[in-house]
Amino acid sequence: MHNLLEVTNVSKKFGNFTALNEVSIAVPKGSIYGLLGPNGAGKTTLIRIINQITLPDSGHVFLDGSPLQSSHVKDIGYLPEERGLYKSMKVGEQALYLAQLKGLSKSVAKARLNYWFERLEIGDWWHKKIHELSKGMAQKIQFIVTVLHEPKLLIFDEPFSGFDPINANLIKDEILRLRANGATVIFSTHRMESVEALCDDIALIHKSHKILDGKLLEVKRAYKSNTYQIGIHTSNAEALETEIATKFNTKPTDFKSLNDDLQLDITLTEGGSPNDLLNYLTTKGQVSHFVELIPSVNDIFIQKVTETKA
Amino acid sequence: MNHLPLIIKREYISKVRNKAFIIMTVLSPVIVIGLMSLVAYLSQVNNDKVRVISILDESGLLKPIFKDTPTLTYNHLSGLSLEEAKGLVTASSGFGLLHIENNTDINALSKGITFYSDASPASSVLSRLERRLEKRLTKMNYETIGLDLEQIEASKVNVSIYQENFEGKTASKSDGFVKLIFGGAAGYLLFMFIIIYGNMIMRSVIEEKTSRIIEVIIASVKPVQLMLGKIIGTSLAGITQFAIWICLGGLLGLVASVILGIDISALQTPQHAVMHQALQGQGFSTEIQDVLQGFFSLPLTNLIIAFICFFIGGYFLYSSLYAAIGAAVDNETDTQQFMLPIIMPLILAVYIGFFTVIEEPHGTISTIFSFIPLTSPVVMLMRIPFGVPLWQQLLAFVILVGTFVFTVWFASKIYRVGILMYGKKPTYKELIKWLKY
Repeated sequence: MHNLLEVTNVSKKFGNFTALNEVSIAVPKGSIYGLLGPNGAGKTTLIRIINQITLPDSGHVFLDGSPLQSSHVKDIGYLPEERGLYKSMKVGEQALYLAQLKGLSKSVAKARLNYWFERLEIGDWWHKKIHELSKGMAQKIQFIVTVLHEPKLLIFDEPFSGFDPINANLIKDEILRLRANGATVIFSTHRMESVEALCDDIALIHKSHKILDGKLLEVKRAYKSNTYQIGIHTSNAEALETEIATKFNTKPTDFKSLNDDLQLDITLTEGGSPNDLLNYLTTKGQVSHFVELIPSVNDIFIQKVTETKA
Repeated sequence: MNHLPLIIKREYISKVRNKAFIIMTVLSPVIVIGLMSLVAYLSQVNNDKVRVISILDESGLLKPIFKDTPTLTYNHLSGLSLEEAKGLVTASSGFGLLHIENNTDINALSKGITFYSDASPASSVLSRLERRLEKRLTKMNYETIGLDLEQIEASKVNVSIYQENFEGKTASKSDGFVKLIFGGAAGYLLFMFIIIYGNMIMRSVIEEKTSRIIEVIIASVKPVQLMLGKIIGTSLAGITQFAIWICLGGLLGLVASVILGIDISALQTPQHAVMHQALQGQGFSTEIQDVLQGFFSLPLTNLIIAFICFFIGGYFLYSSLYAAIGAAVDNETDTQQFMLPIIMPLILAVYIGFFTVIEEPHGTISTIFSFIPLTSPVVMLMRIPFGVPLWQQLLAFVILVGTFVFTVWFASKIYRVGILMYGKKPTYKELIKWLKY
């Protein structure tokens, strides 16, 4: 598949501090890409390089096949983690100004703004000043400003921090709609669980290094441990637990259940079949729960970090 | 993409629409004119009061020299002792008592004169008394020695040196005065403009940071464009305000002077008064002619062009320095440590202008400082009326513009790096480090 954004071997140092070390990522066109990692890993620096706010010390960035240049500003929409608008400017004028800075003509910008204001039901805000709006309201404006010039690439840094649940959902739906219309989206966040469900592809960044990237499903497949979570009804739970432990690698677990069943995580050996396990369990009692454990990105991240340390 | 006009427009409109800006634009001339009218009115009221000075002349020699003026009357006492006279003056709440001891020797007499009063009188009152006494006593001394007063008067000679430069242009003494006024006014105007509007530019540069919009803006616009747009937009707003002030001030001044019946132009600072006296002493009309002649003998075209160039250049240079400070800090309270290095050269320039240039317009110090970009706008503007070779003016201007371009670049560099360092007060050392990023 064609990649909209390619970052190759980018490094950036601030004095003695290395923010990015030989980082390469490829963002497929039309995908939602998760740039994940803890605070201070280098995500924001990478995003600023893509936005041409800072220049990399070495390495290259390609957008749609051509090296990054100043005309690309209009192809990128960026919602930074540090958000804000001119406080004493009117909502409409401000949005117009920012859209014009992104290369839209005044008439086009105005038409699109009217569309968006109607869509998000904020038409009567045009003449209000930002400091008269609530934080959630200002964030709606900020979102509109980010997407107004219909960029090919949308970058959201910590997209849902600061949004209330209702607005977060609204924004999530709008982002998915934009993607369906052909935009490519990059999410950057340290709260990995917040975007995991949305992403097609991910890259994990840790201490200026990219430690893992790929299709989310493939990554998960590669890191699954062949573990199943089971619940089984039995009259003598302790006896059964000891019996299963002799045959399989088990671990006590806990999940929400209506019954007072025995709950276990059972890890199969390499190549072990879940059918064999299930068959075995049905002979021992009533099976009420049988689920493959899929590792969360957070789990994978922690596993990967400990691996690299070792 | 060139966003400069867009940025200039936004900066201008947001400044001009600002409530504080509008209020200050309207209120400032009202306040200034109001205060001036008040001072004029009060000084008129004050002048109307007639002061009474009592004189106890025990020698009886000096009585004829004290003549009443509209604001000062002399009350001659006689046959009283000093203590009685003091009591009388205090009781009648007179302004003061001048006591002259009885002495026939003039030199001894001159040392025995005392002025008694409740509060110490203005020095002008005392010196007026002293001048009269001196004149009278000197005359009496001449007579005692036996000099002929008429001969002395007749032998006095007035010298007035005529000036002419080597190209044959005549000049007059008041030329220097005209040149001083011209250069001084230009330099002072620039100084005021920088002080008033420099801060505005600095605040404008900080604005994006305090409102946290900086990353959005900087992802769309180059910092150099943003800096330049802010400097130009804010300057235009400043010029607008200044123009309104001048118009409104002139109008209000006219109205105030008509309503209150006060001649504002009669408000004179002491220096003006002295100058005025000097003019009157030499014959008023010839002096006026001299001044006019001096004015027209100035290199007017050169002056006007130079004024426009150096005013704009100097103002932009200082603006870009203010912008650089704004770029380096997160909020206005952190700007203090950087203010002094900007104000210092400006004050230095004004001092050099008013002391060195007037003394020696083409001396080494004047020449050097008219090339240094931070002082050149003021110093060069004050030198030009005295005639500065064109190449010097051009060189100084090129240096000025070059420095401005460099400072804007420098400011935008700091600005770009500054966004990576939120919430930290930078030191000079860090600023230099940032340049290397």
